[in-house]
Amino acid sequence: MEYYFDNAATTAVRPEVAEAMVQYFTKSYGNPSSIYKIAQKNKTAVERARGQVAEAINANANEIYFTAGGSEADNWAIKGVAESYGDKGKHIITSCIEHHAVLHTCEYLETKGYEVTYLPVDEYGLVSLDDVKKAVRDDTILITVMFANNEIGTIEPIAEIGAFAREKGILFHTDAVQAVGHVPIDVKAMNIDMLSMSGHKFYGPKGVGALYMRKGIKITPLIHGGAQERSRRAGTENVPGIIGMGLAAELAVKELDKEMPRLTALRDKLINSILEKVPYSRLNGHPTKRLPGNANISFEYIEGESILLLLDYKGICASSGSACTSGSLDPSHVLLAIGLPHEKAHGSVRLTMGHFTTEEQVDYVIQELPPIIERLRMMSPLYEEILRKNKKGE
Amino acid sequence: MTKVAVAMSGGVDSSVAAYLLKEQGYDVVGVTMALFEGADEEGLCCGLSAAEDARSVADCIGIPHYVFNFKREFREKVIDYFIDEYLKGATPNPCIACNRYLKWEAFLNRCLEINAEYIATGHYATIVKHPVTERYTLKTADNKDQTYALYALTQEQLSRTLMPVGKYPKSKIREIAKKIGLKVADKPDSQDICFVPDGDYNRFIRDNTNVKAAEGDFVDREGNVLGRHKGITAYTIGQRKGLGIALGVPAYVTKIDTEKNQVVLGSNEDLFSKRVIVRDYNPMGLDMPKYEIRVKGKLRYTQPKADCVIRPLGDNMIEAVFDTPQRAVTPGQAAVFYDGDHVAGGGIIVK
Repeated sequence: MEYYFDNAATTAVRPEVAEAMVQYFTKSYGNPSSIYKIAQKNKTAVERARGQVAEAINANANEIYFTAGGSEADNWAIKGVAESYGDKGKHIITSCIEHHAVLHTCEYLETKGYEVTYLPVDEYGLVSLDDVKKAVRDDTILITVMFANNEIGTIEPIAEIGAFAREKGILFHTDAVQAVGHVPIDVKAMNIDMLSMSGHKFYGPKGVGALYMRKGIKITPLIHGGAQERSRRAGTENVPGIIGMGLAAELAVKELDKEMPRLTALRDKLINSILEKVPYSRLNGHPTKRLPGNANISFEYIEGESILLLLDYKGICASSGSACTSGSLDPSHVLLAIGLPHEKAHGSVRLTMGHFTTEEQVDYVIQELPPIIERLRMMSPLYEEILRKNKKGE
Repeated sequence: MTKVAVAMSGGVDSSVAAYLLKEQGYDVVGVTMALFEGADEEGLCCGLSAAEDARSVADCIGIPHYVFNFKREFREKVIDYFIDEYLKGATPNPCIACNRYLKWEAFLNRCLEINAEYIATGHYATIVKHPVTERYTLKTADNKDQTYALYALTQEQLSRTLMPVGKYPKSKIREIAKKIGLKVADKPDSQDICFVPDGDYNRFIRDNTNVKAAEGDFVDREGNVLGRHKGITAYTIGQRKGLGIALGVPAYVTKIDTEKNQVVLGSNEDLFSKRVIVRDYNPMGLDMPKYEIRVKGKLRYTQPKADCVIRPLGDNMIEAVFDTPQRAVTPGQAAVFYDGDHVAGGGIIVK
């Protein structure tokens, strides 16, 4: 039996989504750019999917550009603005807890003569609007702050930053890879100029994403070639992927009213039970301003790696940070940014729930996790020392 | 089923070790240690490419595979130690430090945490009980013997370790790897120090410390200045090549004096000595000697064993006196002593 608690890393494709995709591999395989009928039908299908994705964030269909994923969308948005608006200024504002697709892109631009301000966050991982205001300069061309953090689930004050950026006339991009399909997003009401998303984070396929770009914004392409995506992003459309992503977006948003309270209840049950059962544990991220399916907990005096392996023995799939860095497992830059010392950042576990998570599965984790922590602490010399000290204190 | 965690480098030996244990009915878990990040991961033993090789091997033999991150421990216990010793004028053996602090400390402890009863490695040695003392010890392998680099293991560590390839010759191990279709069957043996793949220790130390190599004098045994050297870290005892000095006769490094920042040069005969002082002696097959005992000693990985006696000096120090003088006794290297085929114990050469 598998207990999948890593929905922030990727999600299972919904069966109805997979089913909708299949015919575009084997039957309707035409290239949407071709003129014959079966190809034209695919063109129509892609445009329908574009509409579904647009509707999910209250954008217009002609503001959606399909990409090969969230990282490409982030790269394109930031490098594109830097290049196309570089004559207006060379300053970019971002936060220090962004996904590496944003952080490393900014670091790359620094080597090309751009200046980047990395905003700090508070103990919950929240960016403050005041800090944004203070960081703005005459030559600021872009503010990019993530919608919700992939590790600790904290939801940033996007509408406030958006309103401020609009007022100042500065472009505002948000990496919403973790948020689309999980919390309501309205790019118009929130004054978002550009937004990145990824299909496989909301029960769609991997290898497809999109960049929303408000009408009127013109940035240079990242991928040059054919005239696809209104000449902004070359390459034959990933038709099955786009169809799957469109349907997945529609389904996820349609079910938000039901899924958000259900997942929030499961999340809080999981968090509260673990914090109650395990001493010296703490929640990372904001208690309420957080993604409905995200729990991130630090356990003092032990290593996250061992926890993950012992969870794996029990069939529980969890992670210690973002999957992209697990090849190296260095302490998370997000946990360090919210003020955790290295040792505590190491002993952290992220459990992310989603559409297919049941209460029974949550109960199973609540039952299996505390003894694992207990066992590891029994083997930890640090913990022994703490117990001894506490005893003396009594 | 008994759970065993195999330290897998992605190479032939540890891959076959995992396979053999699985065949013997153990519940085998493969683990690769992430130890450092090189600029070029190609061919390094413990970078991410090693983890990928190990993962594909684990998949091929049907065992789970994990990566443990020990970069901090490796930095502190191996690289920093290596640099410190070099700066002190010694020639350290980082493989021994890695075995001791990484494989048999950090790795073993982590494996015990995840419910493994034993760890296993692909070393060429066999773990046995000494026939007389009944202490755990290592028996030398017929070829590719690696007992020299393992002398520091404690009784507790040995009791928790399996070395399944130790009883086979390397050719047999390659044959097994081929038979079970391991992609790594023809991978060359790892050479040299893994974190300095080009072998340029001097540059590595320069790049990793703020210490600027201070030039100093080459001197002869009497202290007469012969020329200038480019910093003591560039030299090791017994070295002849690359001294950048012509004296008309072959000159060898015979001593490195950190206090005076001098490198002493002499003839090949000057390199030979009978007496060796050893610190941090770890008794293995034989108890800490109480009086003089006759054993065989090995002062370098590549040197044959030579007859000698060892006697205790107290404070975990011992003195070894060889029957015939030994060449290039190098402070910082290990001295390992054997009782027949069994490791009696070993330590670090002081002088």
